[in-house]
Amino acid sequence: MASPGAILEDAVRLRAGISAPMHDSIVESLYTEAASIADRCVGREGPPRGHRLGQVLDRIFTSRLLGFPAMLLLFTIVFWLTIAGANVPSAMLADLTQVKLYHLLHAGAAVIHVPTWLSGLTIDGIYLAMAWVFSVMLPPMAIFFPLFTLLEDFGYLPRVAFNLDRLFKRAGAHGKQSLTMMMGYGCNAAGVVSTRIIDSPRERLIAIITNNFSICNGRWPTLILMGTIFIGATAPPGYASLVAAGSVVTVALIGIAFTLLVSAFLSRTWLKGEASTFSLELPPYRPPQLLQTLYTSIIDRTLIVLQRAMLMAAPAGAVIWLISNISIGDATIAGHMVAMLNPIGLVIGLNGVILLAYIVAIPANEIIVPAILMLTLNIGKSALAGQGVMMEFDDDLVTYDVLTKLGGWTALTAVNLMLFSLLHNPCSTTIMTIWRETGSRKWTTIATLLPVALGFAVCFTTATVARLMGWV
Amino acid sequence: MNLSDLKVGESCRVGRVTADGPGRRRLLDLGLVPGTVVQAIRRSPLGDPTAYAIRGATVALRVEQAATIEVEPLEATKP
Repeated sequence: MASPGAILEDAVRLRAGISAPMHDSIVESLYTEAASIADRCVGREGPPRGHRLGQVLDRIFTSRLLGFPAMLLLFTIVFWLTIAGANVPSAMLADLTQVKLYHLLHAGAAVIHVPTWLSGLTIDGIYLAMAWVFSVMLPPMAIFFPLFTLLEDFGYLPRVAFNLDRLFKRAGAHGKQSLTMMMGYGCNAAGVVSTRIIDSPRERLIAIITNNFSICNGRWPTLILMGTIFIGATAPPGYASLVAAGSVVTVALIGIAFTLLVSAFLSRTWLKGEASTFSLELPPYRPPQLLQTLYTSIIDRTLIVLQRAMLMAAPAGAVIWLISNISIGDATIAGHMVAMLNPIGLVIGLNGVILLAYIVAIPANEIIVPAILMLTLNIGKSALAGQGVMMEFDDDLVTYDVLTKLGGWTALTAVNLMLFSLLHNPCSTTIMTIWRETGSRKWTTIATLLPVALGFAVCFTTATVARLMGWV
Repeated sequence: MNLSDLKVGESCRVGRVTADGPGRRRLLDLGLVPGTVVQAIRRSPLGDPTAYAIRGATVALRVEQAATIEVEPLEATKP
């Protein structure tokens, strides 16, 4: 009788002798058996309800002629509703928090004799930054997220992936990258985590590195504001918000172009390889559940994002106030830094204040615009700042005045800020996530620095062209 | 003929899956086993991938994958 060891050895020997087709045919027979059981036990009573409508919708949304225009139209409508709908409530909230409540707080502080530095740090720094983020972000997010969630629930997003797949294949990227890209439109850190659905390490790295070209929640408000006050404002009043929405969609499209170009570049250089296979299910369309969508998108997305933004805004507001009010030699710390960054900033059609704001805002993109405004006001030797009054403006028009009159902005500055908002380093949370997901310092560094380098190159190009053409 | 040769609106019966490795498993997972009836429903605006009706679900496959599935054509039915 053979010993157990000998039996095992025998088994290993025999196993090695089995050819691959043997495994395949076992697997196949299992699946075939499963399929035949399913056929016997599961009845199908014709196509489900709404099937015909779904067919018609798919014929439009994935049509050769209308597929892409329909995509553009849908996203433009979403942004147009967001921009047009957020205007009034944003102005009301700004008036309430940045004017009325702000003065009330200062009056209160004066009554209880709070030292000027303390009321400055807390009210002009921390409070104002938080108030700004609150009034500028809440209304657009409360409109944008439910609308986007409706599109998601409805089942439209897989159709977008279906339409775009060939471009991703050409770029040597995984088909699922269009899905992780869409996740990035909510939050890049979430987008980076979502790349776990991609098995191939090469394609996963490409998806991680390019996720930053999806404009995240923190960046939409910057784009929407710039689009509204600098670009929409140039159009006839009736079309202003439509033109503004168009400019935001354009930046988003440029982002998709960069996703594809950088993916193609990576898969032909450092991350060589062919696109691996994938299959994408196109689920049937479902009528979205309005109330549930409204509830979950407000609670899960809007409030969580807003909370994060305000938490980040508080220390950033303090830092901005401190560097604007602590002097070394003849200028404040912010003054020195802006003076240092200004030459580089101006060459690429931005300015020192914007670059400094991007440094202060590394923890969160959400606070870019408040940081720019506070720094512009503090640095610009304005009458306002001279009187010790800071953010006393209550609507977008005044924001425009502050930026153009105090900050010396032109249309080029606004356009380049929109481009730089698309092309710059990921926020610190995303950088940490990339490091955790890749476990590689090299790729984390590349994912961080590559977009900034692109941002500088693109902004330098647009600035140079605009100057040569005499537009600015 | 292969699944990739199927025109939109046409149906076929799956014969053999020639893909190997995880790709093969994935196709079998989708129910692409011998005998299954598959219909090409629509093509992406850019010409690839193509959406197929497989066992009540709609699944999009790239041409490279569809080419690994041998099929025999059936009478054309309405899409």
